[in-house]
Amino acid sequence: MVRGSRFAVQYKHTQMNLLTVTKLNKHFYVHHLEREIVAFAAVDFALAAGEFLLVRGANGVGKSTLLRCLYRSYLPSGGQALFRSQAGDIDLARAAEVDIAFLRRSEIGNVSQFLRARPRVSALDLVAEPLIENGVSLAEAHTAAAAQLAAFGLKEAIWEAYPSTFSGGEQQKVNLARALIAPRRLILLDEPTASLDAAARAALVERLTELKRSGVALIGVFHHPEDVQALVDRELYLETV
Amino acid sequence: MILLPQLVQTTPLLRVSGLHKRYGAVVAVEDVALDLYPGETVGIVGESGSGKSTVLRLLNLEEPPDTGTYQLDIAGYVADNIFALDRLRRRELQLRHIGIVYQNPHHGLRMRVSSSGNVAERLIMAGERRFATLRSAARASLAVSEFPLERLDDLPARLSGGMQQRVQLAKAIALKPALLLLDEPTTGLDVSVQALVIDTLLRLRRERQIATLIVSHDLGVIRTLSDRVLVMRRGQVSSAGLTEPGARRPRNTRIHSN
Repeated sequence: MVRGSRFAVQYKHTQMNLLTVTKLNKHFYVHHLEREIVAFAAVDFALAAGEFLLVRGANGVGKSTLLRCLYRSYLPSGGQALFRSQAGDIDLARAAEVDIAFLRRSEIGNVSQFLRARPRVSALDLVAEPLIENGVSLAEAHTAAAAQLAAFGLKEAIWEAYPSTFSGGEQQKVNLARALIAPRRLILLDEPTASLDAAARAALVERLTELKRSGVALIGVFHHPEDVQALVDRELYLETV
Repeated sequence: MILLPQLVQTTPLLRVSGLHKRYGAVVAVEDVALDLYPGETVGIVGESGSGKSTVLRLLNLEEPPDTGTYQLDIAGYVADNIFALDRLRRRELQLRHIGIVYQNPHHGLRMRVSSSGNVAERLIMAGERRFATLRSAARASLAVSEFPLERLDDLPARLSGGMQQRVQLAKAIALKPALLLLDEPTTGLDVSVQALVIDTLLRLRRERQIATLIVSHDLGVIRTLSDRVLVMRRGQVSSAGLTEPGARRPRNTRIHSN
């Protein structure tokens, strides 16, 4: 079977797109209510390298769930999400877990709202880790990590300290530095500005601009969309179903 | 729903299917299947008695299953069902290609033999006889496991729990196995020692690319070390999924089930 052959018919411009989402939907079975809840239904969009898609909609409309479906934290209930990976085309909605694990290590990044600090791992090491995992030398990774932490405005005095003792804002700076350090082709952002001060928000926008310019495709949910308005190429409105 | 890998084209290092084991009337493992790709770390979580440690013991060939197919993509064993090997080839495979770390260091170490002796023993069993080679190889393996080398000659009984686990690890990887089995390797260690052992395991994963199966009831350990996870319940794999490195609190939704 030729992978993605069905898309060639539906979207003539598929060649250009990094991600083509068709009729993607997600519903949950809520046990204590004994019924299905639709998180979002029939989402369609396409995204090329270097494009920024802003996902909008009221609270509870399924914005975060959509991101989680693309990252495969949740398994979509139906539809397709064709991703043109460097290793070949693949439907993220149905890909084998080992393939998704591979893509998470190599091509698809995810920025969550919270840092998962680990005991006895310094901020600098935590940020450098994704680069080291990708084969970058220790010294180079630490230099890059220091640059990221500086850009996000984390005081140098605490780079070697353990983030579990940090404030929420400081943790989020470490989280962003870590999540955005390694080269990725698609990055998903789930309200990354929560608990950030103005300077760090500006640093984030700067980093996203840099990533976008280098050809990274971005999909984001933002509590304050005005922060990133200048970056947005496409918008997706999710409506209550 | 069949989800065959499309991007990861390598042959799985380990492929197990139809694994069954009962002890009398007790069903310990029921119809377990799993694939493990080269360089990958997969976690198995589950309550006590869910059968996860039994799976590791079966894969380490410590006892035979009732039924099951076990394939390893290792030169000389590709065509075999590992469970059906004769005793000699089974021992040879276990010695050279499989390393294991137990929760209880007493299972993996001889407490009255020095730490370096414990590691060297594995090399001796593989046929190495020269004292200088044994000593330097044991030393190298202990160094990779970040064991403090000034304590090379100490008996494991005199070491802390964290150091005992490092000796077990050094022994497990001494012959550069293709498959590493970790059975609750950090359980019972205090949090900071646990963190250091995890750090060593992460580094080892990066540097050696050993396919690793880790059993733990600690989701934090599993999340840090593995990309994929199987949940076992009453001997069966009740769900399988991806671990969520970004998630903060344990939630039931971590592993998708539908």
